[in-house]
Amino acid sequence: MEHYTMNLTLKVWRQKNSQEHGHFETFQVKDISSEMSFLEMFDVLNEQLINEGKEPIAFDHDCREGICGACSMYVDGRAHGPWEKNTVCQLHMRAYKDGDTIVVEPWRSAAFPVIKDLMVDRRAFDRIIEAGGFVSVNTGNAPDANAIPVSKVAADEAFDAAACIGCGACVAACPNGSAALFIGAKVSQLAFLPQGDAERASRVRNMVDQAAKEGFGNCGNIYNCEAECPKGISVGNIAKMKREYMRASVTTGPAGIRE
Amino acid sequence: MVLDSKIPAGDLKDKWQNYKDHCKLVSPANKRNIQIIVIGTGLAGASAAATLGELGYNVKAFCFQDSPRRAHSIAAQGGINAAKNYQNDGDSTFRLYYETLKGGDYRSREANTYRLAEVSGNIIDQATAQGVPFAREYGGTLANRSFGGTQVSRTFYARGQTGQQLLLGAYGALERQVATGKVTMYSRHEMLDLVIIDGKARGIIARNLVTGKLERYFGHAVVLASGGYGNVFFLSTNAMGSNVTASWKSHKKGAFFANPCFTQIHPTCIPVSGDYQSKLTLMSESLRNDGRIWVPKKKDDNRKAKDIPHDERDYYLERRYPAFGNLVPRDVASRAAKERCDAGYGVGSSKMAVYLDFADAIKRYGKMEAHKKVIENPSEETIRELGMQVVKDKYGNLFEMYEKITGENPYEVPMRIYPAVHYTMGGLWVDYELQTTVPGLFAIGECNFSDHGANRLGASALMQGLADGYFVLPYTIGNYLSSEIRTPAIPVTDPAFEEAEKAVAERINKLMNIKGARSVDHFHRELGKIMWDKCGMARNEKGLTEAITEIQQLREEFWKDLRVPGEVESMNPELDKAQRVADFMELAELMCRDALNRRESCGGHFREESQTSEGEALRIDDEFSFVSAWEYKPEGEVLNKEPLIFEVSKPSQRSYK
Repeated sequence: MEHYTMNLTLKVWRQKNSQEHGHFETFQVKDISSEMSFLEMFDVLNEQLINEGKEPIAFDHDCREGICGACSMYVDGRAHGPWEKNTVCQLHMRAYKDGDTIVVEPWRSAAFPVIKDLMVDRRAFDRIIEAGGFVSVNTGNAPDANAIPVSKVAADEAFDAAACIGCGACVAACPNGSAALFIGAKVSQLAFLPQGDAERASRVRNMVDQAAKEGFGNCGNIYNCEAECPKGISVGNIAKMKREYMRASVTTGPAGIRE
Repeated sequence: MVLDSKIPAGDLKDKWQNYKDHCKLVSPANKRNIQIIVIGTGLAGASAAATLGELGYNVKAFCFQDSPRRAHSIAAQGGINAAKNYQNDGDSTFRLYYETLKGGDYRSREANTYRLAEVSGNIIDQATAQGVPFAREYGGTLANRSFGGTQVSRTFYARGQTGQQLLLGAYGALERQVATGKVTMYSRHEMLDLVIIDGKARGIIARNLVTGKLERYFGHAVVLASGGYGNVFFLSTNAMGSNVTASWKSHKKGAFFANPCFTQIHPTCIPVSGDYQSKLTLMSESLRNDGRIWVPKKKDDNRKAKDIPHDERDYYLERRYPAFGNLVPRDVASRAAKERCDAGYGVGSSKMAVYLDFADAIKRYGKMEAHKKVIENPSEETIRELGMQVVKDKYGNLFEMYEKITGENPYEVPMRIYPAVHYTMGGLWVDYELQTTVPGLFAIGECNFSDHGANRLGASALMQGLADGYFVLPYTIGNYLSSEIRTPAIPVTDPAFEEAEKAVAERINKLMNIKGARSVDHFHRELGKIMWDKCGMARNEKGLTEAITEIQQLREEFWKDLRVPGEVESMNPELDKAQRVADFMELAELMCRDALNRRESCGGHFREESQTSEGEALRIDDEFSFVSAWEYKPEGEVLNKEPLIFEVSKPSQRSYK
C-alpha cells in the first residue's frame, strides 16, 4: 500500500460546557500521514494547539482499538466517519486526500448533553441497563456451565447482539434520537438464551420505559442505526425487541411486575 | 519489615477451603452499616463491586471512563482459562495451577496460584448464568481452544471478544446493584490520593473530571482494582487512559510495590508504523493456534512473502521449540522474534516485524470442510474458499481489525507482527487475603502482583481478575471488616481528609504553574523510549544504570518545562494526563532499580548477563527466589524480600523444547 502525506482543513465543534453555546472553529493541519488513525491526527492537532498556547479539543477515546465504545465523533455528517462498520478510532487517514476539508461534531441528541467540545454524557445508556439489562443471578448461585445446553445457533445469535459496544452511534445517526438498536441488542441477546428467560418480560418493558424517560425518541424504521453501527448490529434486534414487548404485554400484568 | 503472606496451614489443595471454613464473617445487619470504596470497574472491580453489593455492603465504585463498561478489560480478545476438563484431555485444578506456576517461572506463590486454578471453574459457571455468550459446540455444550504455554484445551472464548463479553456480564451485575442502591457509581472520577486514619485506609480524594473539583469519600475499606502500568512505556496495548496513579499514590502512603520490573511483552502485535503512533494493537495469541510464524532464511530478503518458497522460510519457533512450536509462552515467543529481527531477518519496511501466516491453516481447514461436505477432488480455489470461511468464523474480527489498521488483507498476505508491552505482572504487594501492607487497603486484578510470577500465561488475566472479584475478595475482606463493625462512618471533615485534599490541590497547582513549553505527551514519549530501549525485552546492568540517570533528568525537565493548558476547575484532559505521567516518571525509576537488582533472568525479565548457552533465560533460584517488595521512603525506596517457598512443586528450569 502506497503511503502519502496530506494537508487538511478541519472544522471542529467547540463548546466550553453544557450551558454555553458552541460554535465551529477552523484549523489547518499539515503533513498528516495516510497511515495515521483519525484520532492520531487529532493528537497532532492538539499538540499544535498546546504549542500555540491554546486549549486542545476535548474528545472521548480510550482503547483505540474499536471495542471500548468511548470514541464518538460525527464526521462529515456520519457517526464515526465514512467507513462501514467502524469506530472513529479505527478510521485511518488513507480515507482522505490532500486538501480535504473535514467537519467534526459531537453526537447530537437531547439525551446525550455535550460536556465539552466533542465529549457527550452517555450515562443514560447506563441507566437503561440498570432498568433490566442483566440476568439477576448473585455470585455463587450458578449451576455448572454445561448443565443447560444452548444450541450453537442461539449462542451465535446472542453473541451477534451482544457485540454492541454502547458507543451511541445509533442514537446519533437516528433522526428521532432513538435508542431502539441499543436496547434491542441487549433484549435480544438475553431473549435468545435460556438464562435470560425468567426476567424476559420485565426486562424489555423496563428498559423501553427507561429510554422514554431519558428522552430518547421512538423507532421510525429508518435503519440509519444499523448503517452506522460499528459492530453491524442488525435492526432485526429492534423487531425482536418489539415482539418481546408485545409478548410481555400479553403475558404479564402492569409494567414492572415480574413473571 | 517481615512480610507476612498469611498463607493458611494445611495441604496445598485444602488451604482455601480451610480459610473459608474459619475466616470471620460479618452479619447481614452489620454489612448494612459498612461502606467500601472500589477503584476501577474492569473485570476485577466490577465483579467485586457487584458481589459486595449483593452481599449487602454499601459500595462506592469509581472509574475515570464515562461508563464502567469501558474499562480496558473490554479489549481482551482470546479467552479465559478454567480447569473444567470439559474436553477430557487430562486437565485438572492441579495442572492449571502447575502450568501457571511454571509459566510464571516460579516467581509466584504456590498457594495463591492454586486458589486461582481452584476457583476458575466457578467463573465460567457464573458468567454463563449471566448470559455471557461463550462459543458452543453443535451439541450445545461450551467450546474450548488451546493457548500458549499449555498442552490442553481449557480456554473458553466468545469469538475474539471474550474480555468484552465477560466485562459486560460483570457490568450488568454492577448496574443491577446500582439500581438497588447498594452500589453508587462515580464515573469520570479519578482517585488522586489515599486517606489513612490511625494506620488504616479510610477513604480517598478523587477529582471529578467533569467539574475539576476535588471530592472526599469515606470507606471502612478501600479496594484498588485499577489495572496495570504498561503505559509507562507510552506505547503499549493498554488503553490511553490506563494509569498507575491509584496504585502509586497508595504506594507512597505505605503500600509496598512488588516486582515492578515484571512486564509482559506480548509477541503478536501490529508493528509500529510511525512517530505519531499513540498506541499498539494486539492480535490475539489465539491466532498462534493456526498461524505459523516465520522469517526468511536469507538476511535482508526483500521479496514479497508469497514469492519466498517454503524451504527458504525459517519457522523459527517450530525449529527451536518442537514440543510447543508456535504455542510457546509469550515471553519466549517475544524474545525469539526480537532475536531474529536484531539478527537482520526482520520483514516489512521497518524490518522490525515477523510474519504470522495463515495460508497453511486455510488449506488444512479447506480440505477438512471439503471432506465434511463430501466434495470430491475439490479445486484449489474451493479449498481456499472453504478454509477462509473457517478462519473467518474463528478470527474474523481480528482479521478485520488488522486490515483497518494496516490496509493489508491478511487472508491474502501474512500478517506482520512484533512484540509490544501488554501486561504488568508486578503490582502492589498483597498477602493471601489480597490485602496490601496498609490495613484496609486491598488490591485485586492486574494492579496486584500475586498470581502470575514473572510471566502470565495467555487467557489468565481474565481468570485472575474475576477470581479475585467474584470469589476471593468477598471472603477475605469480610475477615478484615468483621473487626470494623464498631467503627462508625468517619466524616470527611476529619483533618486527615482535609490534609490529603490540600496536598492534592497543591500538586495540581504546581503542575499548572510550571507554564513551560512542552506538552505532557512529549515527556511521556521520551519516558517510553528510555523504558523500551533499556528496560524492555532485554535488560543489562549498563543500560539500566543509564536509564535511571536519564529518567531522573527527564523528571527534572518535566517539572521545569511542562505546559498544561486550560483551567483547574473544569474538564481538562491534559491535566488528567499530566498527573498520570508525573506518577509514571517515578514508577519508571523503581522498575529500573528492581530490574537492576534482579540479576537473573526469569519469565518476562531477561537479564542478558544471565542466559544459557542457547540464549534461553537462566533463573538463579539460590539468590532470587523471592518477591521484591519495595517500600517507599522519602529518602529512597527500600527493598524487602518475601522468600518464595515451594512445598509441592519444586522449581525446574523451564523447557518448551
